Amino acid sequence: MSGLSELTITEARDGLAKGTFSARDLVAAFIAAVEQTRPLNAFITETPEKALEMAAASDARRRAGEAGALEGIPLAVKDLFCTRDVPTTAGSHILDGFKPPYESTVTENLWRAGAVLLGKTNMDEFAMGSSNTSSYYGPVENPWRRPGDNRPLVPGGSSGGSAAAVAARCAPGAIGTDTGGSIRQPAAFTGIVGMKPTYGRCSRWGVVAFASSLDQAGPLTRTVRDTAIMLGAMAGHDPKDSTSVNRPVPDYEAALTGDVRGLKVGIPRQYRVDGMPGEIETLWQRGVEWLKAAGAEPVEVSLPHTKYALPAYYIVAPAEASSNLARYDGVRYGLRVPGATPTEMYEATRGEGFGDEVKRRVLIGTYVLSAGYYDAYYNQARKVRSLILRDFTEAFESVDVLLTPTAPSTAFAIGEKMDDPIAMYLNDVFTVPANLAGLPGISVPAALADDGLPLGLQVVGRAFDEETMLRVADVLEGAAEFAAEPAFVAGRGEAP
Amino acid sequence: MAVDKATVASIAKLAHIRVADARREALADELSNILGWIEQLSELDTSAVEPMTSVVAMRPPLRADAVSDGDRRDDVLRNAPEAMHGYFVVPKVVE
Repeated sequence: MSGLSELTITEARDGLAKGTFSARDLVAAFIAAVEQTRPLNAFITETPEKALEMAAASDARRRAGEAGALEGIPLAVKDLFCTRDVPTTAGSHILDGFKPPYESTVTENLWRAGAVLLGKTNMDEFAMGSSNTSSYYGPVENPWRRPGDNRPLVPGGSSGGSAAAVAARCAPGAIGTDTGGSIRQPAAFTGIVGMKPTYGRCSRWGVVAFASSLDQAGPLTRTVRDTAIMLGAMAGHDPKDSTSVNRPVPDYEAALTGDVRGLKVGIPRQYRVDGMPGEIETLWQRGVEWLKAAGAEPVEVSLPHTKYALPAYYIVAPAEASSNLARYDGVRYGLRVPGATPTEMYEATRGEGFGDEVKRRVLIGTYVLSAGYYDAYYNQARKVRSLILRDFTEAFESVDVLLTPTAPSTAFAIGEKMDDPIAMYLNDVFTVPANLAGLPGISVPAALADDGLPLGLQVVGRAFDEETMLRVADVLEGAAEFAAEPAFVAGRGEAP
Repeated sequence: MAVDKATVASIAKLAHIRVADARREALADELSNILGWIEQLSELDTSAVEPMTSVVAMRPPLRADAVSDGDRRDDVLRNAPEAMHGYFVVPKVVE
């Protein structure tokens, strides 16, 4: 059946419920779409046989009247989530050959809701990056191109494979992780919706750890409604993650009432950063007008410590990474490079197994945690983090959500910004603060820039109030009427 | 804080990462740049601020100190680069 691979999750769900097509039909269409998308390098591992088995089981459940919230929906999974007996690489050479004997809680939740695994998506190594160029498995190409310019562009990162897959319509939805913007920034770069839930909303158990106090799993989809559906299936308390919160999971789809009348939308003045293109400022203003026209009230707010968020992040995240990545030593799983003594083996394995960006961050983390520097760097960053959280808490006393741009630019060409780590880090200037404060954030595609590439707007919500955030995002999406499509759409022809 | 080649070598040692001598100089520059940029945090007076310990206010959950999973030796060893007789194999540690 043709055309099935262009359906959104909502459309596919409704077609399956009506019996217009089976899960097997739907999954077969997406498996073909995944094959057509190969030139983008969005997947590290495709799992077509498993997908067909899961689809058959899904059809059987539906016949038995046991359909879950995502029954029969095929999904792409970032290769950071452990999946039982399916290779899990974290985009790194050091996890060569690793097949987890267990399943992450988030993916387990998705399968329990009836979803089907299409494959594991490419990503920046250990989720460290904003361009998906640090993967051991090679860069991912964005399905978008600048008009009249065939240079391959980055999809953003680190969940770049997940974003490219959804944008290219070879998966109706995907999951990613967001430590400093790794879901929202690639969503913006590829013209799709991406959300990071409140820290603690989704279990981190079975997700390869980067920076444990910041990491959070979330969905990437083409619509806000699809994101609401996926979040409902992913979220929930998990005793195996001590930071997972024990709170009921609301019906997120029901929160999309379309009514934002009377809501106060904070516009943080510190997000007008130097060098931000005028068109991003203009789009932001247009977003404010859209919400105003829908009956919301814009309020200027101040988040005075915003400029310190990125440098604080680049202490906290590498510090936690240096500790989390200490486990990769060549003894129990993954790559081993031989050495005459255990220490030589560790050094050789880690020297060869980690890429340049991961090494840089582990070394920075080791340095800021080392004796003599711990207070000046690590403790200072934790204090700054307290100040950033306080800024948000105070702002949320007078507003319900915040509206900002998602990223300070559109997608750039593969190879650009590669020799200057700090220029790369600046991609996350608008997304990192929500991670430091644990708040939920969502990027919604809002317009095309002058270069013909998508731009996103970000809505940040109060902790555990994803519902209001999603409601505002849904209204924003309706007003933006973003209908532009990437240069490459699976199922319509050859990849560029 | 500028990092020199010798500092790179010593933190690489602490991190158990082999860094080729030829790469140390460039890495020293890269790390110095990043640390120089991070340095701006010292502008802030944080003497009255408590460092953040948890981003979401919650009591750490407690559980019984009991085995909840186990008897999975072969599952665990299946991923080992080298295993023998139910053990991980490593280079000789004690002479």
